[in-house]
Amino acid sequence: MKFIYQTWWKVLAVVMVIYTLIAGLLLGVPTMPILHETIRNTYFHVPMWMAMFSVFTISVVYSIKYLQTGKEEYDLIAVESANTGLFFFAIGLLTGMLWAKYTWGDFWSNDPKQNSAAIAFLLYCAYSVLRNSIDEEQKRAKISAIYNIFAFPIMIVLIMVLPRMTDSLHPGNGGNPAFGKLDMDNRMRIVLYPAFIAWSFIGIWIASIRYRIRLIEYKKNQIN
Amino acid sequence: MLVLSFATAFAQQKQPVEMADVLRSSGKIYVVVTTIVIVFVGLAIYLFSIDRRLKKIEKEN
Repeated sequence: MKFIYQTWWKVLAVVMVIYTLIAGLLLGVPTMPILHETIRNTYFHVPMWMAMFSVFTISVVYSIKYLQTGKEEYDLIAVESANTGLFFFAIGLLTGMLWAKYTWGDFWSNDPKQNSAAIAFLLYCAYSVLRNSIDEEQKRAKISAIYNIFAFPIMIVLIMVLPRMTDSLHPGNGGNPAFGKLDMDNRMRIVLYPAFIAWSFIGIWIASIRYRIRLIEYKKNQIN
Repeated sequence: MLVLSFATAFAQQKQPVEMADVLRSSGKIYVVVTTIVIVFVGLAIYLFSIDRRLKKIEKEN
């Protein structure tokens, strides 16, 4: 846990994001019909989802750890990671909708990818609601940890698997390879992959700050 | 007629895709890039300052 108190990786993440902002807007991209310059959205929209996956993964890992050990801190990490994940989820949905308006013609066209992402969003909202509806601390931690463990694989299937099995307009779905040769080249990869890593660490950073605040609140409540 | 329609379809495919090359060559895209970078750097500094304040509070507890 010493990792979250260190500074070097936060600086690294910020520098990498700045690099992707500059390179993502200035470097060359493949020329494609319909997409035009919106192909650059890949650098900023997809990393939101990667950040979300990262913090949700941390959340579920600490939910499992909580169930194993019963340590209150682990529960706090799980809940604050899930909260941060929900934030990136919302940003991902909104940026996706904006892009869809100008490429698919509508903010919401009931595309399988959009619909299942919306369901997954509600799934995690339900986590938050479930958690806040239980007053007793240990019960709350245990039930929400178990719910989290179930919600995580369902979210993965909803976002990553199901849209690929039907016809979705979203790039990387309906038989299209995700970052295949068709819609990406190496010029894009040198921006996209650092963006994935950088935004994931930004997500972890925000989650860690929320956790530290939550920990102080928790300790204060204990003393009183 | 059919051949003609195919011919136009292929002709359309060959047309170059319009990109914002003019915008880039005019140089003003750098203004946008700088703005975005300033916004992000500001947010990053803000996050760092929150981090520092939190560290202080953690030490007091």
